[in-house]
Amino acid sequence: MIQEIIFSVLAAVLVGSALGVITSRNPVHAALFLVLAFVTSAGLWLLLEAEFLAIVLVLVYVGAVMVLFLFVVMMLDINVATMRQGFARYAPIGTLVALVMAGEIGYVVWSQKLGITFGTPVAHDASYSNTRELGNLIYTVYAYPFEIAAVVLLVGIVAAIALTLRRREGTRSQDPAVQVRATPEGRVRIVSMQSESGKRQGKQP
Amino acid sequence: MITLFHFLALSGALFAISAAGIFLNRKNVILLLMCIELMLLAVNFNFIAFSHYLNDTAGQVFVFFILTVAAAEAAIGLAILVVLFRNRASINVEDLDRMKG
Repeated sequence: MIQEIIFSVLAAVLVGSALGVITSRNPVHAALFLVLAFVTSAGLWLLLEAEFLAIVLVLVYVGAVMVLFLFVVMMLDINVATMRQGFARYAPIGTLVALVMAGEIGYVVWSQKLGITFGTPVAHDASYSNTRELGNLIYTVYAYPFEIAAVVLLVGIVAAIALTLRRREGTRSQDPAVQVRATPEGRVRIVSMQSESGKRQGKQP
Repeated sequence: MITLFHFLALSGALFAISAAGIFLNRKNVILLLMCIELMLLAVNFNFIAFSHYLNDTAGQVFVFFILTVAAAEAAIGLAILVVLFRNRASINVEDLDRMKG
């Protein structure tokens, strides 16, 4: 009974925050609604006994991806008024598409003809570790896709840095290769000069 | 008793809302990216619900990979957005017409 109440509350908050994401006027508010949606889904995933992924969702999405979104939203100077042009014009067709899509998904779900028989989920005791089971799968059966996921993240890092890196003219930056190649001959020039004679001492030039 | 179909209906509603969001905010690239993130969340919901009710952890492994790819996609998408704003001083989709497509 308590699970039904938790599910209902979290589902209502999730749908409400999703509506907030798509209708809020300010992009910062949309990003914050999206954070709420992710935290709520993490709660729902806990209800589905996916503890590791719930924590990962909070850490990776709320902690990293949404902070990145907020950074970019606040860094860019966006004219909200021009962005909202056409909102009312496209609202009817957007609602129509959403309703048709929800109707189709609902038909498939409620007709219950997926061709699969669902058992009741196994109730695990307190010693069951979702993280351990997931780790067993990832590091044995899915070891190769796991490596590919690591490569995808590496590509993401390199691409993000390479895209946003820019060299401006006139900035003074160090060139380590030139610094390493420096020799005493290149830096210091020894000039032999005639020393001044004593009789002009004390006179102002 | 919460059944699988409760979760499927919830994720279907979430997916439909984010699809509507793509229509409503079709000028703002940042909000389009946010709607894509919501769609991926809805798909992940399906995977986890099926994984729970079929007693098969493999579904959660797929969610793991989707999260990885979505994080990389968000990073690259936002980097492209920053470069775009630097060059055009706008993130309006309708200003992206240099290639006359």
